[in-house]
Amino acid sequence: MRTPLYDSHLAAGGRMVDFAGWEMPVQYSGILDEHKTVREAAGVFDISHMGEFFASGPACAGWLDSLLTNNATALAVGHAHYSLMLNERGGVIDDLIVYRLDAEEFLLVVNASKIDEDAAWMKSHLSEGVTFENRSTDFGALAVQGPRAGEIFEKLFGRSMPHERNRVLEIGDGFIVTTGYTGEKGFEWIIPAAEAGASWEKTLAAGAKPCGLGARDTLRLEMCYPLNGSDLSPDHSPLEAGLGFFVDFSKPPFIGKEALLAQKAAGPARRLAALKVLEKSPPIRPHYPVFLDGVQVAETTSGALSPSLGCGIAMAYLPAAASKPGQEIEIEVRGKKFRACVHKKPLYQKDP
Amino acid sequence: MNVPDNLRYAESHEWILVEGDTGTVGITEHAQAELTDIVFAEPPAVGKSFKAGDVAAVVESVKAASDIYSPVSGALEQTPALLNTDPFGEGWIFKIRLANPAELAALKDPAAYKAQIGE
Repeated sequence: MRTPLYDSHLAAGGRMVDFAGWEMPVQYSGILDEHKTVREAAGVFDISHMGEFFASGPACAGWLDSLLTNNATALAVGHAHYSLMLNERGGVIDDLIVYRLDAEEFLLVVNASKIDEDAAWMKSHLSEGVTFENRSTDFGALAVQGPRAGEIFEKLFGRSMPHERNRVLEIGDGFIVTTGYTGEKGFEWIIPAAEAGASWEKTLAAGAKPCGLGARDTLRLEMCYPLNGSDLSPDHSPLEAGLGFFVDFSKPPFIGKEALLAQKAAGPARRLAALKVLEKSPPIRPHYPVFLDGVQVAETTSGALSPSLGCGIAMAYLPAAASKPGQEIEIEVRGKKFRACVHKKPLYQKDP
Repeated sequence: MNVPDNLRYAESHEWILVEGDTGTVGITEHAQAELTDIVFAEPPAVGKSFKAGDVAAVVESVKAASDIYSPVSGALEQTPALLNTDPFGEGWIFKIRLANPAELAALKDPAAYKAQIGE
């Protein structure tokens, strides 16, 4: 599949790769350069492959609360939040951003790889008084990220970017939320597919540099933001993933709640730990074995060379007792073990 | 792309410089441009022997690890430090003592390699 920006990527020198069935740019100028651009200036990512669902109706907030971990009823109009959709076992089906457009109208932005599965799950659990529409193909989307994202916002929209994170704005036929996946200031802009090309051009003209999935991955991993399918899975709960903040146990029952309560009472057996390599090593990649006292206890779920830190970084579900910051472990690369330690999240923090 | 005349080339984008019975092996500028951002190279252990086409080393970019194949058979003599800054000079990956110099005939000359990469 191709996003509405496929030709724009080729024109900008994008190197295209397969991502969850989509032909997406992994890089343009180079991952290190694009990473640095987002940390120091501003970059723009095509995130049109992500899914957009619209849900509305008098029962909508309550319905979302029965399916998602965060509290949709408590979400103020004009705001957005991160949430998770779980199976009955408390495992993660998907993580998503929920926008409250109006009292009875929500926009859900879901992972590209899960659009069909999420839509099928939500439709199969539909409530009376809720209208649900998968409009993923109607929209393109851009993520503008970096310390200079505010300048770009002003050039595009003639107004200043809200300082507050997770603010939702409706501009023209598009939707904006001040959020992102890089740890930098910025916004995500959902636009009708027919306007995506022009919006991309305007964003470049305003000073954003095109950035691909490669930099998106190194940026998000430095922040320890999970990637569904790698760090999140139907076999791991948000509590194990360290996402308990986004689970509201005080609201009415939701799918997976009982399993989470049981896990909370017993304490999760494993926790998703951030790992930092302590010596020169090859870049760490997903599925590398992780050793504790010479015994393999896990494999990495994500891994990279951190462009900001200059060392290998990763995440892995470690036994809870070995998941505390400072815990030394080893990561094996092609038969050779490299010393690493559990690090407090995020792995990268900007100087204040 | 720079494709020096004094080297021979493998289809898998390694070059070899032959001096006496020693071959110095690296990867071409084209390959480095394709890989981009090479951040780590893992040369083989000195003393190891290879057949032509064996995996001899690994280079890693930020995104992926790529195998480097030995263009000839022989015993490894020496490994260096860096490769990304000067792909044809300092940036070699290993030196190998040629076991069978006749194999060089199977490698590409600069014109054939240029044709392969569309130059």
